[in-house]
Amino acid sequence: MNIHEYQAKEIFAKWGLPVPQHQVCSTLDEVRDAYRKIAKEGKAVLKCQIHAGGRGKAGGVKLVSSMQEAEEFTGSFLGKNLVTFQTSQHGQPVNQILVEECRSFERELYVGAVIDRSKEKTVFIASTEGGTEIEKVARETPEKIFKTVIDPLNGPQPYQARELAYKLKLTPEQSKQFVGLFVKMCKMFEACDCSLLEVNPLVVTSDGQLLCLDAKMNIDNNALYRQKDIQALRDVSQEPAIEAAAQDNNLNYVALDGNIGCMVNGAGLAMATMDIIKLYGGNPANFLDVGGSATKERVVKAFELILSDKKVKAVFVNIFGGIVRCDLIAEGIISAINEVGISIPVVVRLEGNNADVASKLLADSKLNIIAQNDLALAAEAAVKAIG
Amino acid sequence: MSILIDRDTKVICQGFTGSQGTLHSEQALKFGTRLLGGVTPNKGGQEHLGLPVFNTVREAVEATGATATSIFIPAPFCRDAILEAVDAGIKLIVTITEGIPVQDMLKIKPVLRENNVRMIGPNCPGIVTAGECKIGIMPNSIFKPGKVGVVSRSGTLTYEAIKQTTDYGFGQTTCVGIGGDPVPGSNFIDILKMFQDDPETEAIIMIGEIGGTAEEEAAEFIKSYVKKPVVSYIAGVTAPKGKRMGHAGAIIAGGKGTANEKYAALESAGVATVRSLADLGKAMAEVTGWSRV
Repeated sequence: MNIHEYQAKEIFAKWGLPVPQHQVCSTLDEVRDAYRKIAKEGKAVLKCQIHAGGRGKAGGVKLVSSMQEAEEFTGSFLGKNLVTFQTSQHGQPVNQILVEECRSFERELYVGAVIDRSKEKTVFIASTEGGTEIEKVARETPEKIFKTVIDPLNGPQPYQARELAYKLKLTPEQSKQFVGLFVKMCKMFEACDCSLLEVNPLVVTSDGQLLCLDAKMNIDNNALYRQKDIQALRDVSQEPAIEAAAQDNNLNYVALDGNIGCMVNGAGLAMATMDIIKLYGGNPANFLDVGGSATKERVVKAFELILSDKKVKAVFVNIFGGIVRCDLIAEGIISAINEVGISIPVVVRLEGNNADVASKLLADSKLNIIAQNDLALAAEAAVKAIG
Repeated sequence: MSILIDRDTKVICQGFTGSQGTLHSEQALKFGTRLLGGVTPNKGGQEHLGLPVFNTVREAVEATGATATSIFIPAPFCRDAILEAVDAGIKLIVTITEGIPVQDMLKIKPVLRENNVRMIGPNCPGIVTAGECKIGIMPNSIFKPGKVGVVSRSGTLTYEAIKQTTDYGFGQTTCVGIGGDPVPGSNFIDILKMFQDDPETEAIIMIGEIGGTAEEEAAEFIKSYVKKPVVSYIAGVTAPKGKRMGHAGAIIAGGKGTANEKYAALESAGVATVRSLADLGKAMAEVTGWSRV
């Protein structure tokens, strides 16, 4: 789960990590008020709050020098969509603007923490090249990236921070600050069940202080049950409407660009279904895992979701009936189609227990269903059904 | 021979009296698994499915001599359940549960290593040695004792591979679903090594998916250690970047973990790869020279 920068900064502040003075605003009046309080010598930084990076390059972050500029910036972004290289072509809605004090700085560094899946440990990453895309730094100048692995038993140790601080060429005073920042970030990473924690840039201000100018936190979805405070920060406006609706129904849905809707049980088979459609020259409209049981209720919900995407011209249902018999699943599909009322072709491939009986049920249903138990032939049929 | 489990493996179930534990224990008994009892705290002394219920794993192990456990317990309580099994001397833990936080797995892994305990899962369909023993949730009807070892990160894709090797008449030795989480109890390399060392396994199907670098690491291992033919499929060629595709571990992060990178690594290790899931059986016939029966 993603949260906004301003939300992350509030959590940072609670943990005693240094963040600039800031105020989040949802209206022009609030921006005016925040600007009056925060601007120094007329200067303040305004930042659009969306769940995507690349805001600076897209013009969504601005140093303003007057109330008029602050108002103009707000007028051009608040309530509109911001398109960056990380968003879709439609962009993400800007519902809040963060007004922050402007601090001059001498250096821009990068710090972050992630789970290293191969090492099966948390890895803390630091770089002298803050303020740019870290993936690019890793690709082009890997020697400027420094890492240290956190032991799950002992937790972060100060020596690890000191080693990094020397590599970052921090002064002794800054190194002391860095040790505190490192330990707090690592502890926060664990305590908040982060999957990513990133400060880019971490700046050294003109008066020699470390300051987190940006803050990014992603949370492990599996841990939300014990991160209720963070779960409450979910901003549905930042998620595609169908994906949000799917999540509310405990269905896994990811929107794609194509026109063949997919309904599949199992995440792996759902991906494989998208892949085989593409292989036969078609384009999948979505990833959708209805789960193991594929009951009528879930199938109805799944059809409704798929059909709410108006690009969809055919539906490919691909179910491997394991414990649940295919004929029961077929009955569920037939009554779901009757209930939802589907006019476009539906290709159904059922494999597993009683697949033959299921196939006959589907064929005899007098509905616009193409039953095909062979996976390759079914994929081909789905692509052909588009015409 | 087979790997991990056979007809003599003594198994218990944690979360035995719950709905999932009950359903899949019934199925396992039908399959022929030597399931000897189960654990549900505060229900000790009762009987369930004709088998004894114990309060603790330790009691269950003492009474039954079980060396393996299947865990059907909600994610928030899984760390406790896994550590209890380790402490009671269980040597093979199969964790079916989906949704265990990664931080919990980071803390569980060193304990497994220290105690020399093998864990399969979490978020997995389990293990089956065809015709002998099933631990987990795979459908009973698709297996046929034979000569192919199957290892996979995805449940339903495991079933597809099993079905195709059954349809072709090749059959399976052992099928292992290692699960779709970013930090699994066992990885491809662990299982590939066992298949290479198992005299009955003559060829291997390995099914991967986007996210992480487990397939790339497996490719390196295959190059140096595995002499048996390997057929592989990777799901998610069409998956967009930065989106979690159902499984917690199936995400292309920072441009890393794409299906094409994995295909390239496996092909350079001499693995026969297929781009269509439907071609696994056919590819197996081609690389082994076996004919369909």
